[in-house]
Amino acid sequence: MLRVEDLHAWIEGKEIVKGVDLEVNKREIVVVTGPNGSGKSTLARTIMGDPKVEVKEGSIIFKGEDITDLPPEERFERGIFLTFQVPPEFEGVKIGEFLMKVKGREDLETLKELKEIFRRVGLKEEFLFRELHRGLSGGERKRLELAQALFLGKDMIILDEIDSGVDIESVEMMISILKDLKKRAGILYITHNPLTLKLLEDERIIRMKEGRVVENGR
Amino acid sequence: MRTVGKVERSLVEEISRKKGEPEWMRQLRLQSLELFEKMRDPVWIKGIDEVDLDKLVLYEDVEVRADKWEELPDEIRRFYEELNLPEMEKKFLAGLSTSFDSEIVYSRAKEMLEERGVIMLPMEEAVRRYPEMVRKYFGRVFPPATHKYAALHYALWSGGVFVYVPKNVKIEFPVEAFFLISSEMFAQFEHSLIVVDEGASIHFIEGCSSPQFRKFSFHDGVVEAYVHKNAHLKFTTVQNWSRDIINFNNKRAIVEENGSVEWVEGAFGSKASFVYPSVTLQKNARARVTNFSISHQGEWKESGSKVFHLGEGSRSTVISKTISTGDGVSVYRGLLRINKGAKHAFSAISCDSLLMDEESKTFTYPHNQIEEETARVSYEATTSFLTEEQMFYMNSRGLDEDAAKAMIALGFLSDVVAELPPEYSAVFRKVLEYDFRGSVG
Ligand SMILES: Nc1ncnc2c1ncn2[C@@H]1O[C@H](COP(=O)(O)OP(=O)(O)OP(=O)(O)O)[C@@H](O)[C@H]1O
Ligand SMILES: [Mg+2]
Repeated sequence: MLRVEDLHAWIEGKEIVKGVDLEVNKREIVVVTGPNGSGKSTLARTIMGDPKVEVKEGSIIFKGEDITDLPPEERFERGIFLTFQVPPEFEGVKIGEFLMKVKGREDLETLKELKEIFRRVGLKEEFLFRELHRGLSGGERKRLELAQALFLGKDMIILDEIDSGVDIESVEMMISILKDLKKRAGILYITHNPLTLKLLEDERIIRMKEGRVVENGR
Repeated sequence: MRTVGKVERSLVEEISRKKGEPEWMRQLRLQSLELFEKMRDPVWIKGIDEVDLDKLVLYEDVEVRADKWEELPDEIRRFYEELNLPEMEKKFLAGLSTSFDSEIVYSRAKEMLEERGVIMLPMEEAVRRYPEMVRKYFGRVFPPATHKYAALHYALWSGGVFVYVPKNVKIEFPVEAFFLISSEMFAQFEHSLIVVDEGASIHFIEGCSSPQFRKFSFHDGVVEAYVHKNAHLKFTTVQNWSRDIINFNNKRAIVEENGSVEWVEGAFGSKASFVYPSVTLQKNARARVTNFSISHQGEWKESGSKVFHLGEGSRSTVISKTISTGDGVSVYRGLLRINKGAKHAFSAISCDSLLMDEESKTFTYPHNQIEEETARVSYEATTSFLTEEQMFYMNSRGLDEDAAKAMIALGFLSDVVAELPPEYSAVFRKVLEYDFRGSVG
């Protein structure tokens, strides 16, 4: 479903991703790990279409089509979703209103669905009226990003360190959600949480180092 | 009748004669015309030099902007359809006042106002029916000599509404002039006068957040408010002008002892806008001025406030929130004056601006004249920027640039929008989205 071929991504005149090949299929979890600064987030953001990243070589193929030059909102439309490792804050933007808008539905049924998802990721209902990522704790931000992954129902879900800085019980909750998502989507899971790596040891693991894939296998 | 013409004595005389005005009003007009001819352009005005007044002044007896729904420009029609407003409201907004039967929905409100002795009339009618009362206030709160365009206004005024709330009468529901007075609210030089007598209170809503289709491209209205002892007035304006309009909005209130006034002002659409609600505060009087605006590509929006503290213990709060996108310019221009003797006067001013693009601009010109040592004044200004990371986040959630900006603008304005009546905020949201989609910026 998603295929990255010989990807070279540059930020501000510096090559960060140096020729990465990668494939993620439906009903598959691919775990990406590697030391800080090895280029995991940059890889994920390049797949989503971050405009500050320049792809100098290689391509990103999604559902058989080359999306390397599409804007992020187009990629989203086609079925890619990315959680942000450090999501930005939005003054006054209400979480509930934002999510309904993004979903493109504002009926009661949708609201009910959203509330149920919040319950599952451990966010109280009142978070619907909080500001988008503003004033949220680290763990709450991770939960809110995960909630969106569940709510928006995309085919290709890229999760960038949603399990860092959260407690053990939450990691287990996240993994159980992940296994559910796997039933309908392809997942690229970036982590270096030892507990998650243990819980996901049966999945394919890719190890990155200095912008390259140095290990690919189970 | 319709006159497009040179601003000269004969035009002014003709307007006065057509309206069958008393001599004092005719004199006021002519004196104002002289002032207009003598006065120089205010130095703070931008964009006015491109206005050819002789072409722009458009006097119409009755403001009818289109006779049939079908005659409206496509763009405007599509807009109303998209907003999903009730049919009747759509037609009304579009200026089809002749076919709008306001009686059905709003007669109840009118009845209630009448029962409580509230006078609410088109300005012209008030001049004829209550000449003494009108004369006592007209042109006294906002004098024609204030600036060149105030003088022009007094020479040419037409339309507007007169409101009088009797002593101790408190009107609990917001009064929407828009629906009650219909077309008189929409004139080019409309003049409104609101008198709230001792101990009375009212919330008056002018305009509406849906864009209005006008035939003129220069708007120069005046609102005068006189708030007597212990009285309260809240005056909310949400105007959404069409893009080619230059909007001058002159508002001033005099607030007597223990009285209070709130100006809430949101102006959209116009290519240039100058809005500075002003207030004169006597002993223990209070004012709260809230301004918000969006300046798109090619637009210049000025807002601010002028607050004059004359009495001791008077208090004012000024809130300004502006957004600039594309190369739009937002300007805050404020004057705070605290006279000697206004002991323990207090004023808090805050200006927040949001810049959405690299070329977007904002300027703030706060001007303080504090002559009283015991006064306390605070001034806070913040400027924030829409970051690339925020835009990428919104884009990655499927919102394109325009939708993202509308979402972020609405968030930024959420606390001031909360001051609008609830039914307005819903429409406001859609208007904002449309506003960003329709723009180049
Ligand atoms: N906007 C930027 N400007 C300059 N350098 C950047 C930028 N974004 C990322 N980099 C650099 O690219 C390299 C890879 O960063 P990236 O965030 O992809 O690493 P990561 O593997 O996700 O690390 P972590 O485990 O800490 O999240 C780092 O050296 C980082 O400093
Ligand atoms: Mg990272």
